[in-house]
Amino acid sequence: MRRARPLTHASGMETVIDVQHVTKSYGDRRVVDDVSLQVGEGEIVAILGPNGAGKTTLVESIAGLRTPDSGQIRVLGLDPRADRSALRQLVGVQLQESALPDNLRVSEALDLYASFYSNPADWRALLAGLGLEAVQKSRFAKLSGGQKQRLSIALALVGNPRVVVLDELTTGLDPQARRDTWELIEATRERGVTILLVTHFMEEAERLADRIALIDGGRLVALDTPDGIVRRVDAGQHVRFRPSAPFDESILTGLAEVRSITRSGSTITVAGDGNLVLAVTAALARNGIVANDLRIHQADLDDAFIALTGRRLAS
Amino acid sequence: MNHLYRVTLVEARLLAREPAPWLAGLLLPTIVLLAVGALFPPQGPDSALGGQRYLDLFAPSMVVLSLAALGVNTLPGRLARYRERGVLRRLSTTPASPAALLAAQLIVNSAVAIAAVVLLIAVGNVAFAVPIPKDLIGFAAAFMLGMSSLFALGLLVAAIAPTTGAASAMFLPLFVAVMFLGGVYLPRWLLPDVIVRIGDFAPPGVQSLLSAWSGTPLDLLPLGVMAAITVVAGAVAARSFRWE
Repeated sequence: MRRARPLTHASGMETVIDVQHVTKSYGDRRVVDDVSLQVGEGEIVAILGPNGAGKTTLVESIAGLRTPDSGQIRVLGLDPRADRSALRQLVGVQLQESALPDNLRVSEALDLYASFYSNPADWRALLAGLGLEAVQKSRFAKLSGGQKQRLSIALALVGNPRVVVLDELTTGLDPQARRDTWELIEATRERGVTILLVTHFMEEAERLADRIALIDGGRLVALDTPDGIVRRVDAGQHVRFRPSAPFDESILTGLAEVRSITRSGSTITVAGDGNLVLAVTAALARNGIVANDLRIHQADLDDAFIALTGRRLAS
Repeated sequence: MNHLYRVTLVEARLLAREPAPWLAGLLLPTIVLLAVGALFPPQGPDSALGGQRYLDLFAPSMVVLSLAALGVNTLPGRLARYRERGVLRRLSTTPASPAALLAAQLIVNSAVAIAAVVLLIAVGNVAFAVPIPKDLIGFAAAFMLGMSSLFALGLLVAAIAPTTGAASAMFLPLFVAVMFLGGVYLPRWLLPDVIVRIGDFAPPGVQSLLSAWSGTPLDLLPLGVMAAITVVAGAVAARSFRWE
């Protein structure tokens, strides 16, 4: 159902984050270059891109920690810099490279942070949801990397925010902890919380995001549903097989689903779209030919990323 | 205000868990006074020292020792580390400003400094009959102004030092200068006049502490200088403090 969402968020959905033509440079290096995007209420938007693409600078500007050189940002209708104090109550932020004092205990940190907000969440429930109950008496310095990361997420959620900004949510987590965290994020969204997450994990973006903002070199390369982004690169499907006997290519090129055929040794690769596999195998069968070692390759986000940016997403 | 209260409570608890940095500021002045007093038992008024006992003249320098250890070492060192580790950055995303953490650090370090002075006066009085400050209000005023001027200088260094390492490199000369001018390394009556005169006006203002302690009238100029240093250094520190 959520995959069906259109290019921009559904009309009637309230715009929670509105970024208009935002540009930010450090010295003469342009880190964010004329980025515009809108995030609707209850949406999860993933900002995906290679390291150094400007993702963090963009979300830090949205969180009010940086001032863009030009452009405008509104979060819940407020200016992240000018209305800083009002927004702090409504936006939960988890940042990279932010820590707590070494000797602060997990429960003390959550209790303290909860006290900052007028309508805090039950931090004990958060603790349980993030699997941190066993270490609630532990000092921050004694936590593993994954536990610190989960505590950081808990601190972003403890104020019962309407908007959550998560930078590199699951970096440093083992696969199980990563899946648990994803479930927590999905549960958070079920409560109507709008989530902006920065990631360089394709799988994370694909699993969680309603829409993906693909950022490369500071520019917004694409903003669409995961499927929409894949479709956009128009890589189509590829069917590869070894025919049991030589055949006339025209039996395939005549098909509506087929776009091209390439031959490499005894292997044939057919590119096309629609119900390509069925069309190809049926045509071959009609001519008494068997397709051996048949493989199907469907374009995925990785292909889309390479097509859109000319490089592979490091992960 | 509630944020400040909660943050202060937590900082106090953290301080209690890591006593090493501030214990020196709390106990060292009293320990040094006890050691000096035991090695050279005070023999009564000395005409060469204006009719006072040397230990009574030395005691205010121990206040300087405490304030220097806390204000130019413990306090800014901790703030620089908080910044470097991203603690301030983390806090800046919440409704509690990182300024609350700064204020909380000032409060808990002031509390330790006050405890150190009370301990010093009490132990000095019991062990060697060092008198309780005769002008108590004047002493409290000189102490508070001296403390705030030194803490403001500590904040200023923490504000402009780019890293914890750079901060320590800047603290050390400041710390040594404060200790030297305050008569901690050498009793002030052995220092040249010009150094003594500079010491009158150098934070935390050891001469004002001594005057109030012995009950001679306070010179207002050094107190004014401490107030001015507090305001200027504090304002520059507040304006230039980097949260990350």
